[in-house]
Amino acid sequence: MTEMVYYYDGSFEGFLCCIFDSYANQEVLTAIYRDEDFIPTLFASRAIQTDRDHANRVLRKIVKCSPYTADLLRKGFLTCLPEKELHLYRLVVKLLRDGPGFLRNFSDETLHPVAKAVQHLMGEAHLLKGFVRFSELGGVLGSEIEPKNQVLPILRSHFCARYQNEKFFIYDRTHKEALFYASGKAVIRPLEDFQMAPPDETEASYRILWKRFYDTVAIKERYNPRCRMTNMPKRYWGTMTEFQGADYFKAQSSPAAASTPAAPGGISAPERHPGPGLSAPVSAP
Amino acid sequence: MDVLEKLTILTDAAKYDAACTSSGGNRTAKKGYIGNTSTSVAGCCHTFSADGRCVTLLKVLLTNKCVYDCKYCVNRRSNDTRRAAFTPQELAELTIQFYRRNYIEGLFLSSGVFRSPDYTTELMIQALRLLREQYRFNGYIHAKAIPGTAPELVEQLGLLADRLSVNIELPSEASLRTLAPDKTKNAILAPMRQIQTRNRQSREELVKYRHAPKFAPAGQSTQLIVGATPDSDFHILRLTQGLYDRYHLKRVFYSAYVPVVEHALLPARDVKPPLLREHRLYQADWLLRFYGFRAEELLDAQHPDFDPRVDPKCSWALAHPDFFPVEVNTADYESLLRIPGVGVTSARRILSARRAGPLHIDGLRKLGVVMKRAQYFLTASGKMPDGLRFTPDSLLRGLIAAERPLLPQQEAVQLSLFDSVG
Repeated sequence: MTEMVYYYDGSFEGFLCCIFDSYANQEVLTAIYRDEDFIPTLFASRAIQTDRDHANRVLRKIVKCSPYTADLLRKGFLTCLPEKELHLYRLVVKLLRDGPGFLRNFSDETLHPVAKAVQHLMGEAHLLKGFVRFSELGGVLGSEIEPKNQVLPILRSHFCARYQNEKFFIYDRTHKEALFYASGKAVIRPLEDFQMAPPDETEASYRILWKRFYDTVAIKERYNPRCRMTNMPKRYWGTMTEFQGADYFKAQSSPAAASTPAAPGGISAPERHPGPGLSAPVSAP
Repeated sequence: MDVLEKLTILTDAAKYDAACTSSGGNRTAKKGYIGNTSTSVAGCCHTFSADGRCVTLLKVLLTNKCVYDCKYCVNRRSNDTRRAAFTPQELAELTIQFYRRNYIEGLFLSSGVFRSPDYTTELMIQALRLLREQYRFNGYIHAKAIPGTAPELVEQLGLLADRLSVNIELPSEASLRTLAPDKTKNAILAPMRQIQTRNRQSREELVKYRHAPKFAPAGQSTQLIVGATPDSDFHILRLTQGLYDRYHLKRVFYSAYVPVVEHALLPARDVKPPLLREHRLYQADWLLRFYGFRAEELLDAQHPDFDPRVDPKCSWALAHPDFFPVEVNTADYESLLRIPGVGVTSARRILSARRAGPLHIDGLRKLGVVMKRAQYFLTASGKMPDGLRFTPDSLLRGLIAAERPLLPQQEAVQLSLFDSVG
């Protein structure tokens, strides 16, 4: 068994092919890189070609041994765990060597980092199910998020079921991709750049209504910003309506018409970003 | 009056209601309708307000006009405050548009008693029916059943809403008599009993007929005000236990009383809401629902109130030293749950992990056990953590120190060398 560094095209199938080839070539992997992250090293390395048949064979074998691991693999691949490919690879190696018994032990040193990362992914996706904010732009609902993990595949079924009669998209700023949905079909496509257009009058009025509701519903005597931050970390605030600056609530046509959204008796939410920039039309899938 | 102003007044009037959950619903998406209920067990929070509470539903009153004169309430008729009422259209439009933008998970509709309980409930039914039938809203609805409403109307309300709640507010009949003279214990308990019976009946029907109408499928909840009356924690907790046992409530909420009005029978305006007490009651509530504790184990007539220094579970553990230490490799699920620092998730993980091999102290933290608290109460393969020495006194100090950073902080005042004294 020789030690080897693999690099692959960055797709899930490509990663499964790394596993396939490591067995075919009888090599132990010390690192797995995406093509674009690869830096030439002194260690022996190999470029892996993606082959669907090979990927399917690996996946079928894993499902047969342990459906739970197959699920961990799919989800683990979406996480922001550093060197996730290597962690997942070691999990598969251990599964094929020892059988699925060790999976019962959450504190197992191979399973634990992966299971924790998946927990983080699912936790973030769960929070975002609530924290995503849509704006209506000409009959289409649009939103932006800035997650750490690649949550769009996890969020897809939730939002597609909820808004099945709407057209909507969610843009992931971190991973530069977007989920588009229209009339029963959903796709996730890479999207290099996106800027939300400023709101029209109806949209602006609902933003104001929501901000007013948010500021009013807090009880002053119970003011507890630390508790709020624990439940809703600040990194989510940037894309949420209630934390935007005054510009966010001004309609495009009549900038003077927007009233200040501060509630008379409420606690005004702190502002995060000065508001969205220039407009650009939505690119269709 | 425009919608923005109405929303402000009616949100302000509704905010003291603690219940804001969207759990327990199971509406799947329907063709031609908008929305579904959250698929996860825990519901879905859409934001957290500045007081750290979860906001999941659009929590408003239909109107804050009220004929009752409950002393503790901002909406009582003798209070000089601005009054407003939503029309059903305004409310439905607001709900749908908020829902489309993913601001909310659904609607929480409560109301002041306008003219009579029956009349108010009819208005609520009218608004909810419009939302469900014309606007084809399939999301979560939580509606308040007002004590004293005719059973026929509660029935209709239950068919439209996912969850119903009747607020008990004051935990004893004596308090009710002095502070809420228009309400009686029986008027509150009658709709609760009705909701419970109908809910069970509808579940049975659903087994036989797939399309049988669902009556309040997410069950019912209630709220108790803490700190407005002299009732003890023991009394409140026993009442809670009775409600879970006999009425099968999904949740009992506690609301620390925020003095909103000056009244001889109530705490003064400058009294701070008893937040720590509320927190301890919630902790005990979880022990009743998920940990197999009984109210009588946690408190008794000699100790009618919770220890503010440590949480109820630690408090129980300190009073029962003979139960500990628990050996995690052999103890059953119920005993594991009694260890402070071990919760439902970590107990399940322990059960599962020990089938793969013996557990050791250093693996427990990875299983999710909070060792800061648990270390004093357990052994793994016969061993306690290395170097752990404690006396009953230092144990108590250790537990207090472990919880302190998690509690709301007292505002620290920086002492100054230069302030003139006196």
